[in-house]
Amino acid sequence: MTSLSGARIRAVLVKEFRQYRRNKFILYTMVVLPVLFLVAPITTILNLPSTAPEVRVRAAVGSIFLLMLLIPVIVPVAISAYSVIGERDQGTLEPVLTTPIRREELVLGKALASIIPGVALSYLLFAVIMTVLRVVGHPNVVHALWQGSWLVAEVLFAPLLAAWSTWIGTAISARSSDVRVAQQLGTLASLPALAVTSLMTFQVLSPTVPVALIVAGVLVVIDVAALRVVSRLFDRERLITGARATRAAAPPPHDS
Amino acid sequence: MSRRWFVRRRVGFGVRPVTWQGWAITAVALGLMVVALLVVRRPLGAPSVLVIAAVYVAVGYATGGRSRPGASPAPPESSGLPARGTPDAPTPVAPATLARVAREATSRAGDLAGRDAAIEVVGLTKCFGERDAFRDVSFRVAVGEVFGFLGPNGAGKTTLVRTLSTLLAPTSGSATVAGLSLGEDHGEAIRQRIAVMTESPGLYGRLSVRENLEFFAGLYQMSDARVRIDRALESVNLAGRAGDPCASLSKGLRQRVGLARTLLNDPAIIFLDEPTSGLDPVATREVLELIGGLRERGVTIFLTTHRLDEAERLCDRVAILNTTLRIVGDTDELRRQLFERSLEVATATPLADPAALFTAIPGVGSWRASGDGRYVLETTEPRETAPRVARALVAAGADVESLAESRHSLEDVYLQLIDDDTGVSA
Repeated sequence: MTSLSGARIRAVLVKEFRQYRRNKFILYTMVVLPVLFLVAPITTILNLPSTAPEVRVRAAVGSIFLLMLLIPVIVPVAISAYSVIGERDQGTLEPVLTTPIRREELVLGKALASIIPGVALSYLLFAVIMTVLRVVGHPNVVHALWQGSWLVAEVLFAPLLAAWSTWIGTAISARSSDVRVAQQLGTLASLPALAVTSLMTFQVLSPTVPVALIVAGVLVVIDVAALRVVSRLFDRERLITGARATRAAAPPPHDS
Repeated sequence: MSRRWFVRRRVGFGVRPVTWQGWAITAVALGLMVVALLVVRRPLGAPSVLVIAAVYVAVGYATGGRSRPGASPAPPESSGLPARGTPDAPTPVAPATLARVAREATSRAGDLAGRDAAIEVVGLTKCFGERDAFRDVSFRVAVGEVFGFLGPNGAGKTTLVRTLSTLLAPTSGSATVAGLSLGEDHGEAIRQRIAVMTESPGLYGRLSVRENLEFFAGLYQMSDARVRIDRALESVNLAGRAGDPCASLSKGLRQRVGLARTLLNDPAIIFLDEPTSGLDPVATREVLELIGGLRERGVTIFLTTHRLDEAERLCDRVAILNTTLRIVGDTDELRRQLFERSLEVATATPLADPAALFTAIPGVGSWRASGDGRYVLETTEPRETAPRVARALVAAGADVESLAESRHSLEDVYLQLIDDDTGVSA
């Protein structure tokens, strides 16, 4: 198998980003929820008294991380759920499929266009929260936040969760016949991935660096498997007609 | 003109980055602000951030902020836009530029000359479950030919185009497209050599004409994309509209953009699926002129259409499909296959004894009256028989109003075949 073309993946990515830029509605819906997520944890932490017990502080910090990890789940799935069915509705999918682009290149281009905004927003908000709390937070809260395990978890989990929700959204989009259904189903179907990370945020698993790395490893395995499944769904015939190709077992001979 | 890193916002004030350099400066500025907040503690943290922000804005204004890159230039006066008062008014095709594009496409097509069949289809069948989209279709399209594919709605035309362009896998049979056999292994290579214009041009409405073409040029991995895009836009006379969002174009102009897209990769074969569907007569003429320009230069074109007049005007040969292939040939050949050749005679008054007159003329097989003083004479050689008929009529004292060979249009051929099918299925 020859290697994938970075130029084609980039072409898809650039096209998707241009479309986001031109569609303010997409940008606003991308940003509104994360901004709300920004307000809630900061308020919670700032309202913690300096004498709050450690258990309470840890619980508050855990809930902050859960919110931060919701962003890379929710933002990409909303975008990716539209990626195939939206293009099919607009009539733009077929011309793309008549070009030499491979299905893996199309999948990766569209996936990156969903993953990058989700991860970027997640990192940005995380940086803002950490900065604000570092500047104005109580020392015991700052100490609980600035733990290596949480930093590793945020850095690793955000892209992995974003990838998972992107695969789910894309798979549903490729099989769906309605954009709204695809987006609703996609959001619901991507939430179970949070269960893995919730084990850490709710202190079921002790939030240490090794545990974060193990959980990240599990997510990597899930993501790779999902990528393979989604790539198969990007069969041209399936995308055009909604059904898989059927070839006769033994084509009849023809006089030439 | 070198691109600016920042541009002034259209709404509000300030600048925004537009190039990677601009974005890099923005990222560095944000990073410095975060570091300043974390490292430089009170009371100097906030002033540091303000200083960085001020420097960033100054850099933004210094490296841009006065013009917007990529804004569409005003249409040149020589663009050929007719003075009809509407921006979407069709413009005449630039023959010289079209010819250049066509020549290049022809040279690509010339690669196939040794094989001399651009498309060869043998017993091709496509089924969706129990339903046949088309069945046992065989035909051959020569390099440089314009091949018309006609048929009623649901006849399988679009499915056949999708199959030949490797979007759908055939259920059985075989085909060679641009020198490569249809199959999973050759899909990418075939798609590299062909171009398909679907019934709806399938453009991204929020992107400009140029951005749409840039996207497709990227999918073909073109290193000289800018040159090719300029050339393709010039050939469809849309160079002046390159910066316009596609959603703002009329349907006719969008079809032209679709046609420009098919020219990007200098394809050996162009598939055009109902290219004039839904266009007004002027826009239709424009698109047909563009196709005609390619035809004159020998590009292989596979055209599916409902419009029999345009098939008759453009195509070297036509095929009529109604799930199975009903007939293939040039239009004259089809007329000969389906209709007896005949002469139509009109006289001022009905003849006294037409039977005696017409049966005595050598070359006339049979005859029938088609109205008062109107007669149809079946003959195998109309050119030779016509003078004899004229002489016989004059000798009989008839006042001849007209004498001409019957012409059956492609529409007659089409209706004859489709009526046959309807009769069979009824």
